[in-house]
Amino acid sequence: MTTTAQQDAPRVRTRRRRSSDRGVNRAFRITATGAGALILAVLAAVAIFLVIEAWPSISAGSETLAESISWFPEDANLLTFVGPLVFGTLLGSALAMLIAVPLAIGIALFISHYAPRRMAQALGYVIDLLAAIPSVVYGLWGAIVVTPVVQPVWEWLSSTLGWIPLFAGPAANPARVMLTVAVVLAVMILPIITAVSREVFLQTPRLHEEAALALGATRWEMIRTAVLPFARSGIISASMLGLGRALGETMAVLMILSPGAMYSFAVLQAGQQQTIAANIAAQYPEASGLGVSTLIATGLALFVITMAVNMAARAIVARRKDFSGAN
Amino acid sequence: MERHVKLSRISRVGTAVAVGALALTLTACGSDDPVGDAAGGDDSAATSDEATLSGSLNGAGASSQEAAMNAWRAGFQSAQPDVTVNYDPIGSGGGRTNFIEGATSFAGSDAALDDEEIVDAQARCLDGDVLELPMYISPIAVIFNLEGVDQLKLDAPTIAGIFNGDITSWDDPAIAEQNPDATLPATAVTPVNRSDESGTTENFTEYLVAAAGDAWPHEASGDWPVSGTQSAQGTSGVVQTVQGGDGTIGYADASQAGDLGTVEVKVGEEYVPYSPEAAAKVVDASENIEGRGQYDFALELARDTTESGAYPIVLVSYHLACAQYEDQAEADLVKGFLGYVASPEGQEASASAAGSAPISDALRTEVTTAIDAIGVK
Repeated sequence: MTTTAQQDAPRVRTRRRRSSDRGVNRAFRITATGAGALILAVLAAVAIFLVIEAWPSISAGSETLAESISWFPEDANLLTFVGPLVFGTLLGSALAMLIAVPLAIGIALFISHYAPRRMAQALGYVIDLLAAIPSVVYGLWGAIVVTPVVQPVWEWLSSTLGWIPLFAGPAANPARVMLTVAVVLAVMILPIITAVSREVFLQTPRLHEEAALALGATRWEMIRTAVLPFARSGIISASMLGLGRALGETMAVLMILSPGAMYSFAVLQAGQQQTIAANIAAQYPEASGLGVSTLIATGLALFVITMAVNMAARAIVARRKDFSGAN
Repeated sequence: MERHVKLSRISRVGTAVAVGALALTLTACGSDDPVGDAAGGDDSAATSDEATLSGSLNGAGASSQEAAMNAWRAGFQSAQPDVTVNYDPIGSGGGRTNFIEGATSFAGSDAALDDEEIVDAQARCLDGDVLELPMYISPIAVIFNLEGVDQLKLDAPTIAGIFNGDITSWDDPAIAEQNPDATLPATAVTPVNRSDESGTTENFTEYLVAAAGDAWPHEASGDWPVSGTQSAQGTSGVVQTVQGGDGTIGYADASQAGDLGTVEVKVGEEYVPYSPEAAAKVVDASENIEGRGQYDFALELARDTTESGAYPIVLVSYHLACAQYEDQAEADLVKGFLGYVASPEGQEASASAAGSAPISDALRTEVTTAIDAIGVK
């Protein structure tokens, strides 16, 4: 009697626990799957919206567009209209990346490998804080504070390095130019690249680092041979996150840049380039009908660019998997 | 056992999140404040003896009038507490279309009706007269920021040359000749324009087309015709850009010019600084478009006027209404509201709210006869 009772009791308990586990597990699994599916659905919905809304403009002839949209340039079609905007977007983001990525890696290395612990924590906190500032504030800061400060620097750049097409003068005064935009964009994407890189640097196996030091490497050599190769794919992912933000940034560009629609590398002259996002924000308030549709078509182009960038980043990360900590 | 505890904790967190989300959704249903109830129940006893109107009056049109319209609505509604005036700043084109289709009782428009529209508008007005009343006059100042120079006198061809990029230095002879007293530096000239489509740009280029002759080779348009220039979004953007550089020159709504230098524009043989009176004067100096009805004051703006003391760079915005409505209440409301807009108090209200130039007494007499004629068929 007693033995059977003792044998029965745990069996019952196990069964009950399993059945309740199954319920919660299933609910949790469904919730998680739902969340995953939702993000795909949202993405698809955005893509479908863009295509549907852009279609009238895509299917309309260039003459119709020029006739019914006051700001649409004469003798242009949709592609020649979007082209300079795509160019400006890519140019601005590329310059911002050029400034931000080396700086971010430097800051992240300092925090992870050089700074005393307490200082590293404080610095990390400050960097994260930068990410919380709204882009309108960055725009105002750029337009009111940065522009006058960098103007003499750009003046000097154009007078000494003016033979490089990028720095061709005369430098605009006020400096409402692409290079100023790039500087502000760089500051905006700095926190995200720094934060992710820092985490990746901290993941470097302690043994790798100690082995390098034991072999007589200096700290810089240790970082070069152990930390950076290990973190390479992480740095690329971090940079792509930053690039995504730079590509889509609207307010800061809108408030700082004097727009133009040219394929121009002159980043110190006014009225040369414009980005897609800023152009939409600038023209939308007075746009109607086909104008809205054309703006959304440019938005579709931005969507495609961002997707392509992200996919390229994924491909690079996947190819360099052997360097990551996954193995 | 321990696992049990963990799971139940998760589910409790889940409940909290769900409740929080619900609360958020509920608070998101806040009220969207409609444009109508700005003044509400302010019973100003002084005018209450006239407070006999009630109902709501709907208009739509030019966004340039928005700030002034808010002041007029507030002023009129405090005098007539039972009246609600709505104005939708959808743009001049949309405003004219809505008015012609009968969706609104009046419209605001930066441009007068064209010949096609006037026919449709007459049909909408029960084959009666159409009122086009230029009651919002907004002067456009040519502003500049040049170290050591506070005053500048320029004629139209020089202004055109500067904005077209032909005059590139401030010590250019064309500028120096007109400003013998000023010490002009050799700073580069940086013209600043609006980057968005705007009525200010349209009126400024109209002035250049009319007054500058060959020096301005472009057509009048709301989009700036020269590329590769400094530009900024909105009036505030232009003002800020002009302020931010040395040797910059731009154009902006005069009320926003702040402490920047403003150009005295050559009219006839003299240089006229911007002032509200000078801006109102150019409207008086302009002829009405011919062949329109007796209550139609659509103007052929004399931007090339030589009238002494007139300032020719202005934006004139019209109020469009009918002389005849089907409904007595609607007619009374339109009559009352436009009467208030034309009154000295109304013009004063828009001057302080939007920096517009009050209309002259001569023009007021004219538009008042038209407004008094509003009635039912």
